[in-house]
Amino acid sequence: MDWVCIGLPQLALDKRQREVADASRPLVLLTGPVQRRVLHAVNGAAQRCGLHAGMPLASAQALCPDLQWHPFDPVSTEQLRQRMAAWAYRFSAQVTTDFPEAIVLEIGRSRRLFGEWPELQTRLREELRSWGITHRLCAAPHPAAAHVLAMAGDEFDGWGVDSHRIQAALGCLPVQRAGLDPANVLSLQRLGLRQLRQVFDLPREGLARRTSPQLLLQLDRMRGLLPTPVRYYHPPDQFDVRIEFDAEVELHLALAFPLRRLIDDLGLFLSARDGGAQQLNLFLAHEGRPPTQIVVGLLGPERDPARLFELARTRLEQTSCPAPVRGLRVQVTHLPPFVPGTQDLFDSRAQQALSWPQLRERLRARLGDASVQGVGLRAEHRPELTTVPYTQPGATQAPEQARPAWLLPVPMPLRERIARVLSGPERIESGWWDGADVRRDYYRVETTAGQQAWVFCAPGERGPYMLHGWFA
Amino acid sequence: MNTQTVLEPWIDGRQVWRGRTPSAASTTALSTGWAALDAVLPGGGWPSAALTEILFPVDGVGELRLIWPSLARLSQQGPVVLVAPPYPLLAQAWRGAGVVLDNLQIIKPHDGGHGGSDRADRQALWAAEQCLRSAACRAVVCWPQWADDRALRRLQVAAESGQCPGFLFRSTHAANNPSPAALRLQIHVRPAEVQVLKCRGGWGGQRLQLG
Repeated sequence: MDWVCIGLPQLALDKRQREVADASRPLVLLTGPVQRRVLHAVNGAAQRCGLHAGMPLASAQALCPDLQWHPFDPVSTEQLRQRMAAWAYRFSAQVTTDFPEAIVLEIGRSRRLFGEWPELQTRLREELRSWGITHRLCAAPHPAAAHVLAMAGDEFDGWGVDSHRIQAALGCLPVQRAGLDPANVLSLQRLGLRQLRQVFDLPREGLARRTSPQLLLQLDRMRGLLPTPVRYYHPPDQFDVRIEFDAEVELHLALAFPLRRLIDDLGLFLSARDGGAQQLNLFLAHEGRPPTQIVVGLLGPERDPARLFELARTRLEQTSCPAPVRGLRVQVTHLPPFVPGTQDLFDSRAQQALSWPQLRERLRARLGDASVQGVGLRAEHRPELTTVPYTQPGATQAPEQARPAWLLPVPMPLRERIARVLSGPERIESGWWDGADVRRDYYRVETTAGQQAWVFCAPGERGPYMLHGWFA
Repeated sequence: MNTQTVLEPWIDGRQVWRGRTPSAASTTALSTGWAALDAVLPGGGWPSAALTEILFPVDGVGELRLIWPSLARLSQQGPVVLVAPPYPLLAQAWRGAGVVLDNLQIIKPHDGGHGGSDRADRQALWAAEQCLRSAACRAVVCWPQWADDRALRRLQVAAESGQCPGFLFRSTHAANNPSPAALRLQIHVRPAEVQVLKCRGGWGGQRLQLG
């Protein structure tokens, strides 16, 4: 029992059913050309009306007037299967989507973590049921055997077969439900063989002559006599999921719920990949216009979906769109390693307390990326150029001088009268090499209003004075 | 005897105070670094989990020098946030005052290009409230252009729930308006004095000269 097969007999229908609120109404999926559409899959309610796969749409509508029908969409069904493989990747490193309508995963090595087959089965079923996915679960020693059992029918659902009983278990499968080639099934049935047991008992040479060699290979793989080559699923290196809306959305409040769902998916993806997201790209799709892009940049990688959602929503709320939104897409291209923050066991801070990095992200999300800045100091004589945004700790090398706390962004003429000069002049003459040439005599003065100002004038002169800062 | 033990936490939290003598230095207050000011303030310093309002008439009258000693000490322990400062600051002066620049953070809300200064103001008050409430900062200093009673009350509650001292610089015009701040100081220029307008846990009204 090292391999589990999750059989997905009606994934396309489940996918459609999840989007429809009322499960009791008949629902069918259609294939075929527009002129002659036939039923591809039918749900339980439709079956009770007497509909079955392969029936033309016209007769189905005659039987069941309030029928809902949708075209069968193989592409989106396959996408859902890939997403389910990503989900299954949490249980095992060896997951394969090679088998049609199924996901097969190895469980032998994760037994210690997830428990024996019955426990794992309960857990898998619970999660699949919460998604509303019809499924069959079977465990077997080989991937091919698990797949054959899971696809054989509902009566085999939940089987877990050991290696010494696998031959007997497979033996009681009817020939036509063992996933064999229809031509081979036909020739076996003509030989009077009803169950696989009878086929296993036949001599190999004779069987090979009467049917195709493909059949023998299939039977051997089923029984584990030959290994089954499988390609393992690799989770994608980037997250890119979109939701299309049926109606046009004009309020950002209505986007919060789908955004939450996408970011929850992202959280699962990140924990499966053991990474964090540092930049989220949100795309709001519009009808006939290029999408609006919102970039949510973080200073450090983050994994917690609740926090990512809060940051993304704050950015979303500030965005105004040129047109109603038809779809939402979340994309994360780089997955830097995520190091969870450590917290002191005896931390006595309040419950709602945030750490400074978290607070900074929240502020940046609402006020803009450049709104929160540290302070750095540069060795430079011109006062306008000494203060720079924070670069690195301790990089503050500059001489000690009496300088005002506030520097005016642009010097302006001093309007107040000077009561007395407190210190000065200090000549600053620098910058002839980079074009921003400065030659000034600075004074620290007190005005008649009692303010201490930092003023300058041309070298060697006594006015007019320009105000450049306040000693606050 | 019994009543005294019950009153202790109230006195400590400045909910109840004795009329005549300012209470002795308690652990909850932060020393201002000015001995004369510490002497008149109940607890011997700034309230450590409340709003302090400093009203000043014009720029450059020593309003920052009032809080620099405490900012210098607090910035050694963690981030000190300046929300919407009126001018770009000159890092040399702040370092000269003892402030650890690595822990100094500036929040500059902008109006987003379409909202006007009113929006920037609201953003500033929001940011100050978030910082006070988060308990991530050691001190929050804010220069709101405009703040009504409701906004101030929010800040005061945030400072209490985040256990963070908040300093609010406002113009002297606001002196006559009531304010929920725990401590209100007004700076006078001629003569250079600091007046205690209101202080929770004390009488207020003192005028004193700082060196």
